[in-house]
Amino acid sequence: MYYLNYLAVSLSSFSETVNSFLSNLGLEFHPEAVLGMLKHMGVGMLVIFVIIGIIILATIAIQKVFSSEKKVKTKK
Amino acid sequence: MEILYKNLLNFGLGEVIMLCIGGLLIYLAIKKEMEPTLLLPMGFGTLLVNIPFSDALAGPIKELYEAGIANELFPLLLFIGIGAMIDFGPLLSNPKLMLFGAAAQFGIFFTLCMASIFFPDIDAASIAIIGAADGPTSIAVANALGSSFVGPITVAAYSYMALVPVIQPPIIKLMTTKKERLIRMPYEQKSVSKLTRIMFPIIITVVVSAIIPQATALIGFLMFGNLIRECGVLDTLSETAQKVLANLITIFLGISVAFNMTADQFLKPQTLLIMGLGLIAFIVDTAGGILFAKFLNLFLKTKINPMIGAAGISAFPMSGRIVHKMGQQEDPQNFLLMHSIGVNVSGQIASVIAGGIILGIFGS
Repeated sequence: MYYLNYLAVSLSSFSETVNSFLSNLGLEFHPEAVLGMLKHMGVGMLVIFVIIGIIILATIAIQKVFSSEKKVKTKK
Repeated sequence: MEILYKNLLNFGLGEVIMLCIGGLLIYLAIKKEMEPTLLLPMGFGTLLVNIPFSDALAGPIKELYEAGIANELFPLLLFIGIGAMIDFGPLLSNPKLMLFGAAAQFGIFFTLCMASIFFPDIDAASIAIIGAADGPTSIAVANALGSSFVGPITVAAYSYMALVPVIQPPIIKLMTTKKERLIRMPYEQKSVSKLTRIMFPIIITVVVSAIIPQATALIGFLMFGNLIRECGVLDTLSETAQKVLANLITIFLGISVAFNMTADQFLKPQTLLIMGLGLIAFIVDTAGGILFAKFLNLFLKTKINPMIGAAGISAFPMSGRIVHKMGQQEDPQNFLLMHSIGVNVSGQIASVIAGGIILGIFGS
């Protein structure tokens, strides 16, 4: 626990030092923002895979439907 | 005589640096053939807008920018041309390849996290989309989100797309063993019916738009172009979209993007940071695709060559060709082209979906 507090304090003072340096360059430094974005990262990647999964299934389905139709026509 | 030197006195250091950057873009386009269709107009546009009191900046370039970029029209029209150029055949032969396109978008979201350290959410999201490795998507998303860094984002996106042959091979080598690079993937030529080719762009448009309405324009224009190509009754339109339309829009897009390339907008420390973050996006995209292939190999009996995962970034067709070339360097009898091109076109679809997701999360 002591080490965690020490780490948090160190990170915070490091962040302040970097921030004051970067602000001279017109930049910001907010390492804590990463935690907020991790959620978007998880959701974003999940949504991409779900949509791609649906598209794969739909593609396989139309391939099967249309190729079987072709076979039926050929038999006739 | 005063007229000869009057305006020369108005040149500042910033304008001189921007003229050099414009010259560099033209040099890279002509001498190194790096994305010449876009870097050359952008380079020349940079010259035009950085002449003090240039009437081009306040006149035609501003008008073109507002008419075609501020409302995202040019990138979307360019998508019709791109859609008409893409053959989804290799992908339709093996639809599972689309998974690699999804995995290779990881760089976008990783960069989003990194960029959020230095930039507000909207700019971080716009920078992250450089990882789509797709110029029109980057421009459209950055504009739709109202980012103030459209110029640097566009330069980064197109520069790194041109540098894919330099960026990807060392990462692929670093992340794969020789044994993995030697894995052969026989290609079974499967016939894809014309009806499937016609239905594919329609289904993709409906599925993607229904889930992410913010991506409707991006995916719709891309797939409309592809439908023109595949329907078989609009060959003239398809040819026009692939050549005349794409070329015309590229000229206008390139020169009007330069509207954001003025010294006061471009010469900022943020520009360097954006270039760095863009590079990270491309590297993590490549790594994401490779790692996903390696992960799948843990469960598959017939192993996949993990290099094809790297083709999931949508820098089409360079990325697909690089993977094929690297495969042949290891084993001249290893033909990965059809697989890598299939993954590459799936990256094009996935990057547009990722753009829509970013718009969905950060838009409005």
